[in-house]
Amino acid sequence: MPAEFTKSDVDRLAELARLALTDEEKTLFAGQLDRILQYARQICALDTSGVEAMSHVLEQQAVDRPDEVRLSLTEGQALANAPEPALDQGLFKVPRVIGG
Amino acid sequence: MSTPPMQMTARDIRDAIAGGTLSAVEVCRQALEAIDRLEPRLHAFVTVAGERAMTRAAEIDRRPRDGGDAPLLGVPIAIKDNILTRGVRTTAGSRILDAFDPPCDATVVARLEAAGAVIVGKTNCDEFAMGSSTENSAYGASRNPWALDRTPGGSSGGSAVAVASSAVPVALGSDTGGSVRQPAALCGVVGLKPSYGRVSRYGLVAFASSLDQIGPFARTVFDTALLLSVIAGPDPCDSTSARRPAPDFTAALTGEVRGLRLGVVRSMLEEGVDADVSQRVRDAVEVFRSRGALVVDVDLPHARFAIPVYYLIATAEASSNLARYDGVRYGFRMTGTHADTADLKTMYEETRARGFGAEVKRRITLGTYVLSAGYYEAYYLKAQQVRTLIRQDYDKAFERVDLIATPTSPTPAFRLGERVHDPLQMYLADVFTVGVPLAGLPAVSIPCGFTRERLPVGLQLVGRMWDEETILRAADAYQRDTDFWKERPGVAA
Repeated sequence: MPAEFTKSDVDRLAELARLALTDEEKTLFAGQLDRILQYARQICALDTSGVEAMSHVLEQQAVDRPDEVRLSLTEGQALANAPEPALDQGLFKVPRVIGG
Repeated sequence: MSTPPMQMTARDIRDAIAGGTLSAVEVCRQALEAIDRLEPRLHAFVTVAGERAMTRAAEIDRRPRDGGDAPLLGVPIAIKDNILTRGVRTTAGSRILDAFDPPCDATVVARLEAAGAVIVGKTNCDEFAMGSSTENSAYGASRNPWALDRTPGGSSGGSAVAVASSAVPVALGSDTGGSVRQPAALCGVVGLKPSYGRVSRYGLVAFASSLDQIGPFARTVFDTALLLSVIAGPDPCDSTSARRPAPDFTAALTGEVRGLRLGVVRSMLEEGVDADVSQRVRDAVEVFRSRGALVVDVDLPHARFAIPVYYLIATAEASSNLARYDGVRYGFRMTGTHADTADLKTMYEETRARGFGAEVKRRITLGTYVLSAGYYEAYYLKAQQVRTLIRQDYDKAFERVDLIATPTSPTPAFRLGERVHDPLQMYLADVFTVGVPLAGLPAVSIPCGFTRERLPVGLQLVGRMWDEETILRAADAYQRDTDFWKERPGVAA
């Protein structure tokens, strides 16, 4: 079982989760999450060999629906909430992605 | 002097409007006035949709009365602000969705409106339903109508407050780990979490998709059953909605509990439970016994692991679900400073840093950890296995009993600010509620009395999968024998 949860863990995770945390937040979260994980670790002592993992409680299987064209959002509706829509081109605008 | 409309039940309001003794416009106006009067003290709402509600009420009044197939004709209802309402902004309590104007209605909203309900506004909640007090809302905390310095519980606190303070007769919330049942208990109203899959999640802002369910709040069990009957049932827009037709749940309310086997978990009445809460729950069990129910001791040996399992699974699912808030397709984008001129990754990082509050960032961080290489097996997979053990405990218990009674919350409403700096302490508020969604089961919280400080206490009744009828029947029978549900906080007068 992993040991202590540190500020460098928070650093790595914030990068993965695309969160620009402040230094104060990183220190605060490291302490709080360390305590939460210590508490959570009590499940590690349980013997779960042979126990199936449950990802959901559903008994039913997914089924296919007929592949038919149906009414859905218009382009305008889909773009209406975008912070920076390009309405005339039907695009979401984002900052530069590649070099420049 | 007749009862003011907002003290009436949804059933009575509907009957009065259908019978022509009240107009939908008059009822709607009274609801909006009550909200206006109460909001400065309680802050139950993020958005009040007064104009839209009055227009809709007028439409209802213009239609000829057909004698009554609309079960909620003219009934004002408040909707938790993580459920999409077309044309009424939906924030989920988050700054990142501050200006979000949904392009469609949630299935439950469409069903309510088809049944004649009038949506008066969107209620306050912890950001993305993550919390047990509404203190994580970007729009400020709601206050408990029984004690203004205390929390109403959460995350659906605003909906519980709106119903408890008689601003509206009914409301919708969502429950992932207790977010309907716990605020219902702390505010002295009825709150139900349906079986997973009973109610469509289409249009519910996702938190933890394997746990989230929409559920009703009301002051009576009848209204709760009425609301559930309207919103339940299969929905082609949600593949996790169960393909089983929903019954008329009000038909189950026969008042009959003779021979019903009521399970009691003794350990849940002892360790760590407020003495008054424990006593009120014991008293409630005696009410059932005197009505002819059989009280049976049951054990849920893995229940004490429910909080760690819940917080590992729910945060893992949340970290994945909340990846969609990236400042591109909808929601807030961090501009100004250097973000908009910088690269895409910086825009993502600063948008999410500014758009999310502390608890959401904490849970995303934890969930990302739980799912990351090297920790996945130790935490996430292990938690999923213990989830199976928790479900098996309930399955075993339900071989011997028909329903299980526990306190909803180990304590009455706590003070605002008391737990906000200690997330683990806040999580422990959910000790009796989180196991139920992990197992997918239905459960209802009903008022069962007051503490010495006159704070409401809630009794939780947990049922078998798909058996909302038994817990509603028992809850209704209990309300017939008790008057706690009739008491209203002073602020509502």
